[in-house]
Amino acid sequence: MKTDINTKVGLFIPCYIDQFYPQVGVATLELLMKLGLDVGYPLKQTCCGQPLANAGSENDAKAIYLNFVDNFNEFDYVVSPSGSCVYHVREHYNILEQTEKVIKIRQNTFELCEFIFDILQIEDLRINFPFKVGIHQSCHGLRGLKLGVSSELVAPHFSKVHRLLEKAEGIELINLDREDECCGFGGTFSIFEPDVSVKMGIERIRDHKRNGAEVITATDMSCLMHLEGIARRNNEKVQFKHIAEILNQCRL
Amino acid sequence: MMTHAEKAGIFLADVERADWHDQTLWVIRKKRDKAVGCVPEWEALRENASKIKEHVLSNLDTYLLQFEAEAVKNGVQVHWAVDAESFNRKIYSIINSYNAQKVVKSKSMLTEECGMNPFLEAKGIEVVDTDLGERIIQFRKEPPSHIVMPAIHLKREEIGELFHLKLGTEKGISDPQYLTAAAREHLRKKFLSAEVAITGVNFAVAETGTVVVCTNEGNADMGVQSAPVQIHCMGIEKILPRIEDLGIFIRLLARNATGQPISSYTSHYQKPKPGGEMHIIIVDNKRSEHLGNGAYLNSLKCIRCGACMNTCPVYRRSGGHSYNYVIPGPIGSILSPIYGVNKYKDLPFASSLCGSCANVCPVKIDIHRQLYSWRQEISEKKLLSASKRYGLKLAGKILANSRYYNFFGKKMRWALNHLPRKVLYHQINVWGIGREFPVAPAKSFNQWYRENHKKS
Repeated sequence: MKTDINTKVGLFIPCYIDQFYPQVGVATLELLMKLGLDVGYPLKQTCCGQPLANAGSENDAKAIYLNFVDNFNEFDYVVSPSGSCVYHVREHYNILEQTEKVIKIRQNTFELCEFIFDILQIEDLRINFPFKVGIHQSCHGLRGLKLGVSSELVAPHFSKVHRLLEKAEGIELINLDREDECCGFGGTFSIFEPDVSVKMGIERIRDHKRNGAEVITATDMSCLMHLEGIARRNNEKVQFKHIAEILNQCRL
Repeated sequence: MMTHAEKAGIFLADVERADWHDQTLWVIRKKRDKAVGCVPEWEALRENASKIKEHVLSNLDTYLLQFEAEAVKNGVQVHWAVDAESFNRKIYSIINSYNAQKVVKSKSMLTEECGMNPFLEAKGIEVVDTDLGERIIQFRKEPPSHIVMPAIHLKREEIGELFHLKLGTEKGISDPQYLTAAAREHLRKKFLSAEVAITGVNFAVAETGTVVVCTNEGNADMGVQSAPVQIHCMGIEKILPRIEDLGIFIRLLARNATGQPISSYTSHYQKPKPGGEMHIIIVDNKRSEHLGNGAYLNSLKCIRCGACMNTCPVYRRSGGHSYNYVIPGPIGSILSPIYGVNKYKDLPFASSLCGSCANVCPVKIDIHRQLYSWRQEISEKKLLSASKRYGLKLAGKILANSRYYNFFGKKMRWALNHLPRKVLYHQINVWGIGREFPVAPAKSFNQWYRENHKKS
């Protein structure tokens, strides 16, 4: 492990996970604690501000950004079970005055898998997960945070998420026909363009099911919220689990 | 005018066609992946191409004048047009000066952008599009739905029917070879009687004054070789400094566009043929406005390969005509607002911001970032609907304060669990079109943490 014993980790639980998927927050917290970290959860945290900025209202999101910065100022790292929110903090908090605080937070906010893989440098979490699993590679994690090499690029195949999961006992990672196509959530896109959004989601689910997935997982619960909502509407039998829930099987 | 979202809804209502459209373009994306995967230095080529284009855009004035001087030395007549209207008038006056009536044209998105065909037709000039796809949509009186494959939205059966009506092919026959042969015979006559040939320009080389045109059908050459007068139309951004720079772009263009190693014809036009005359029209039409606007300047690097359309999951599932702009898909959505931000304000929102477009772009345009920037600009100009504007303002206030946030979060979860289904899934609930809400838990993570961890 590459962090020292005094490393303080701030847990950021995005708004929609906080409200709808508390179990994902619990899994993330438990996992980080199992890994021996000093984890704090600032109680006045809310949201990263992406929903507004994504819809064009970056200026109305500034107060939310500042709330985030205030809450996580004291930590060495901020870790979150959401690639999209982390990407937002890193990429789009550039409109704030770049104080030392802001610069530090933008540099030290990590998505859960990349924190484990790059900072803690752990690959084998000694997981037992005997299911056929389809990994949905959420776009902001994949193409934004570069958690892997996306299929458009000419470079050796690589994915931090796959590396963390492939060592799990009993797991079978399925291959998709379209390995990293967007699910169609896209934040406010799901509301502004509902027909295209739902159509994209239907096809992602079909791809996973056609290739035998029993469980669909992702670094981002927002993608899964959208996919799960479509699956339930259409009575599709497949389970959705955030990656933190799988990684929390950790027996280190 | 219908919005992109509304038109996309109509497009998707025909499920079978929508699936076919998506799959057809996905196959092209896969062909592209295979072709570019055979070039180990692909990413370096993209980087070089991007740098060359950036250099050109920073020195455009110098290179344009150098290009003009070289072209004039070669015996070419060079013209400048500041906007679409002056371009149309200019090209008409050139055609008119030869008393010409019959024009053949190979593919040119610039002439589409300027509305040249209708302008010339209104003056009594016959303009025949000679690219097969372009000819098909010209028969149908439609705009192109893709910049490289203009008739990609049509099935061959529809083309069989169209050719039966327009070219007298046998009814009910949609064999591609048969239909292509009919088009070839039809176009051959047009080429032979053409008085003027118009082409677009893929690249214009400053040091030699050459224009380079890439086609798969050889139709640009057929036109230029048969008509006594040739006119090449280019936007100011088509410049490359040196002939040796061209190789990089030729290697990128066809592989990225269609998965071919190279276009069937890469034609260099440098001077008039014996007894002929050659014109080049250099068009601005708001490009210099783009050039002066740092945030979007980058979009002028585009070489019109169309790969961002093929990879875009939204384009594939909404079709080119849903964009209401001559260049559809991701690149069109960042180019169009400069021609009327209010008119095209829905386009930067017609994207899930997945970023696949930027990754396939051969000149590394950060398309998804520019879409995001346009969204900010559209919102700042108060062009979003009042309900969106006030809704977002309110959400901003709630999300910036943990007490409001926790209070409203709790109310919302209660509502999801207690309101009757027909209220929750009333038609104003856009999320509910095709999706269920998440099952709301009794407690948020925040509540759970306060109860279980606060003291520890």
